Amino acid sequence: MIEIFGIPSTALFGQLLLGLINGSFYALLSLGLAVIFGMLNIINFSHGAQYMMGAFAAFLLLQYLNVNYFIALVLAPVIVGFTGILVERLFLQWLYKLDHLYGLLLTFGLALIIEGVFRDLYGASGLPYRVPDALTGGQNLGFMFLPNYRAWVVGVSLVVCLATWFVIERTKLGSYLRAATENPTLVRAFGVNVPRMITLTYGFGVGLAALAGVLAAPIYNVSPQMGGDLIIVVFAVVVIGGMGSIMGAIVTGFGLGIVEGLTKVFYPEASNTVIFVIMAIVLLIRPAGLFGRRA
Amino acid sequence: MERVADPLAITARRNGARSETIAFLLMLAVIVVAPFFIYPVFLMKVLCFALFACAFNLLIGYGGLLSFGHALFFGWASYVAAHMAKIGVISLPYPAGWRMWGWLVIPLPPLSPELAILFGTAAAALLGLLAGWLAIRRQGIYFAMITLALAQMMFFFALQAKFTGGEDGIQAIPRGRLLGLVDLNDQIAMYGFVAAVFLAGFLLVYRVIHSPFGEVLKAIRENEARAISLGYKTEHYKLLAFVLSAALAGLAGATKAIVFQLASLTDVHWTMSGEVVLMTLVGGLGTVFGPVAGAVVIIGMQNYLASVGEWVTVIQGVIFVVCVLLFRRGIVGEIAHLLRIRL
Repeated sequence: MIEIFGIPSTALFGQLLLGLINGSFYALLSLGLAVIFGMLNIINFSHGAQYMMGAFAAFLLLQYLNVNYFIALVLAPVIVGFTGILVERLFLQWLYKLDHLYGLLLTFGLALIIEGVFRDLYGASGLPYRVPDALTGGQNLGFMFLPNYRAWVVGVSLVVCLATWFVIERTKLGSYLRAATENPTLVRAFGVNVPRMITLTYGFGVGLAALAGVLAAPIYNVSPQMGGDLIIVVFAVVVIGGMGSIMGAIVTGFGLGIVEGLTKVFYPEASNTVIFVIMAIVLLIRPAGLFGRRA
Repeated sequence: MERVADPLAITARRNGARSETIAFLLMLAVIVVAPFFIYPVFLMKVLCFALFACAFNLLIGYGGLLSFGHALFFGWASYVAAHMAKIGVISLPYPAGWRMWGWLVIPLPPLSPELAILFGTAAAALLGLLAGWLAIRRQGIYFAMITLALAQMMFFFALQAKFTGGEDGIQAIPRGRLLGLVDLNDQIAMYGFVAAVFLAGFLLVYRVIHSPFGEVLKAIRENEARAISLGYKTEHYKLLAFVLSAALAGLAGATKAIVFQLASLTDVHWTMSGEVVLMTLVGGLGTVFGPVAGAVVIIGMQNYLASVGEWVTVIQGVIFVVCVLLFRRGIVGEIAHLLRIRL
């Protein structure tokens, strides 16, 4: 057995992999938060609840309609994203002229409603979701065992994150989005339907959360409170990275996941709190966040 | 410096002072009479949460700072007060090497309830100083997220620390004798004490809001850049407001621990932070009496709807949504607006 710093390599790489998995979720979720914040100037507190809805959508699709994992991976984010569009049209659109804090309070209320309803319908204990057959098993890499599904999660998350970055930073659609973030009035004057863009952006951000939820379903159990605590960690990730940059959100998400994984190896007692401690240190040294612009 | 008197402002202020005095006397009368009709333990719970909400409102209503982590001060003060009243001995950890902790032990006997509450309040003030020092580096939404994250961090500490009792919490805390004289196991004595603590906290908040310090806070809420350009060190004002608010939230939490003889994880969890936001929002952000009204409504609702279980959370969520969309002034704010008075 190989040892690194007195830690068996299998344990070290195993935790690193777990860290990468958590990092994938942090990246997807903080990316969604950043995209939504950019367009709507709202911090979406129901993001964790929508992540949970994604996992439940996959579970229910399998349970009642026998829809397999790979179709659910596309279908669940679309369905949950559509509920997001409804939320934006019904509630959020009335808040844009008010203080940002009202958006936070309203989405917090929505999170309470969604989580409460799911807990009432499905109970607080988790429901199992099987790893799809095509992704069971794993590879022996010599220094560690790599379960296929976990590699898949990291891969899908990376691809989706980079694709989002590409669309926003390198395409015409993205340039409209960025322009509308800077100056919506001017972009409207050019004939772009900005309110519809805002609605779709919210739907897309929520869809990203739901996608993370589907990816998480086979790893963690599907349970109503799976998003509640996670979203607070993601908030800390967002504070550390700053919401100014898309790539920043992705890098910070993966990076902090890995740091958390390493902490589990070297100082397990602190693994729950390490991200918050890093947040405090970043606030002391670089209050605007690692990739943030000073407001 | 004397400003040119604006006659309208002066009448408004005089009317404001009168409506506030009347409302205060009404509240006082209710506090005195209520225990003859309503179960005192319920009333004490309401008073503790009313003080908690007043403390929170000092920050959001007058400083414009939305703290989403006030359970940190409420819950930790209740742990500290509970520990001091039940055990007393203080053991402070200090780092003594990698993953090693040394312990600085201060042998104290179990303290009387008023000293235990004082310890809890001081601990909350200290935590407020640290959390505020970090959080005021960012504004608006970030401030809310930072306070929430710091509170979550301290929730995990509470979960892991030995003295908090983890999932069990600290149970069977003795209520003891106030100043060594009055036995607080007597329900009416306990109620009198809680009412006195609440009124002292309430009047302190009132005094702060109407002091020159409070006026500067309001100026920062309205336009921070302008307040800075007028030469105010806004960071100092915000930090002091934060510490005050944390200390009062701690006072409420510590008192609650003595009343219910229990300090548990519920009080440090983020749902508790959400509840105090809800109370203040329902009652009316930035009104003097709003948080009290909000606490009565929310605690009353929890009490009477306890039978519907999980739906309480859903109802609270619905109230949040309705308040934000249709009812942003809150109960007291709407009344004040209708009657054109200040409350």
